[in-house]
Amino acid sequence: MSKVLMKGNEALAEAAVRAGCRYFFGYPITPQTELPQYLSKRMPEVGGVFLQAESEVAAINMVYGASGAGARVMTSSSSPGISLKAEGISYIAGAELPCVIVNMMRGGPGLGTIQPAQGDYFQATKGGGHGDYKLLVLAPASVQEAVDLTIEAFDLADKYRNPVMILGDGILGQMMEPVEFKLTENNELPVKEWATTGKKGRKKNIINSLYLQAEKFEQHVNRLADKFGEMEAKEQRAETYLADDAEILLAAYGTTSRVCRKAVDMAREEGIKAGLFRPISLWPYPAYALQQVLGRVKGILTVEMSLGQMIEDVRLAVNGKVPVDFYGRVGGMVPTSRDVFDKIVAFREVL
Amino acid sequence: MLEEIIIAGFGGQGVMSMGQLLAYAGMLEDKQVAWIPSYGPEMRGGTANCAVTISDTEISSPLVTEPSVCIVMNKPSLDKFEPTIKTGGLLFVNTSLIDAKPKREDISVYEIPANAIANKIGNSKVANMVMLGAVLEIIKAVEPESILESLRKVLPPQRHNLIPLNAQALQKGAEIVS
Repeated sequence: MSKVLMKGNEALAEAAVRAGCRYFFGYPITPQTELPQYLSKRMPEVGGVFLQAESEVAAINMVYGASGAGARVMTSSSSPGISLKAEGISYIAGAELPCVIVNMMRGGPGLGTIQPAQGDYFQATKGGGHGDYKLLVLAPASVQEAVDLTIEAFDLADKYRNPVMILGDGILGQMMEPVEFKLTENNELPVKEWATTGKKGRKKNIINSLYLQAEKFEQHVNRLADKFGEMEAKEQRAETYLADDAEILLAAYGTTSRVCRKAVDMAREEGIKAGLFRPISLWPYPAYALQQVLGRVKGILTVEMSLGQMIEDVRLAVNGKVPVDFYGRVGGMVPTSRDVFDKIVAFREVL
Repeated sequence: MLEEIIIAGFGGQGVMSMGQLLAYAGMLEDKQVAWIPSYGPEMRGGTANCAVTISDTEISSPLVTEPSVCIVMNKPSLDKFEPTIKTGGLLFVNTSLIDAKPKREDISVYEIPANAIANKIGNSKVANMVMLGAVLEIIKAVEPESILESLRKVLPPQRHNLIPLNAQALQKGAEIVS
């Protein structure tokens, strides 16, 4: 397969089609609008459905319905739109339904700004909607990785019967990089025996997130907990860069990790032993991988486009073994590699 | 080879497509490439810019904040990006639309009357390609032929009649600096 040059939003949309997604329900919002735009043309070509709903709330409930009927289904939005979808996401997780949700984050709170940000980390990894549920959250750092993780996200969603979120930011959505689609269209998909497809000749299937008897609901939530435990054990993903002999370890995900990788190169040129830890799964947080690279680390600098959200998971993972500092830009501003390099130098002074 | 390029001008001058062609051509030559547009509350007639990275090795950050090459098609872009260029970097100025002289002395400046040359060959719309021809003659990041190959791939067949004009524009731009 040859490479093509594509925007992150469009490449991710094509990846969904390749993964067998044939239903998309969404509502436009910058900086992810190219994703629904692409699918509005592409879905009819493959006999799929593209539907621009009347609101984000409607879109996520259409996802709920399509997923219950056994379809591979996706929705996408950006920060304020994801907040609107939060109730539906909780229902979908409660009813144990698979789907893929894309959030190309922009600056918040409120309507905020349309420029890139990472302020929805807490929302994605620690809740968003109500109740005891978890999303599997994957954070690509390049257009190729966005494609690969999106394809994987559909399989993971089916495997665990749980929503999977692709958490990107405005830059990932808008950026063009070469991509290769290793997967062709029209692959065989797993059979979903639990789906509400009409009960001809079998016992009826029920999709529901309401349990009026507390005893029964506790059993249900405990069963979800077992599933989340399995995800925590099996689905942690991370990548490291020059971390083996690092004394100062940067921790960053998504676009920010690219900025940090360059800062690590700048530091190495100055003889500073810097390295990078890049979580790919944000939930489950790859705590084990982080603990494995602490060997010579004297301090961790967490860099985010937020006021400091992932830093809490870094602190939990290292459990006080090394000092953890923070650098961030907010409101749609992106840290530069030079800024991060300067922080590395300053951090080294105080260690 | 690592070139971090900023291309800036008015909306409509073809700065975004110049950057995309450059990235596309780099990809055809099996180089690592990335293209990022400025996006935001842009105004009609306001400035637009994009960042292109072309490299022989994996690109760490696709964000360009200290460009090695800066191409400015109008005056506001000169004012905005001249201070950001890396020491020893290159600045290409479209003198057809920019009277002001660059102030930096630690960079190399190339003055290209891109619109004037484009008009001379009969179409002011290829001023961006004239500029690109000049840039490639100096930085050699990709072959001009790869740019034309990219055009063949991105243009619909009924527009392929425009390719000879683009080839001529690249050629004229290269002649100015050679």
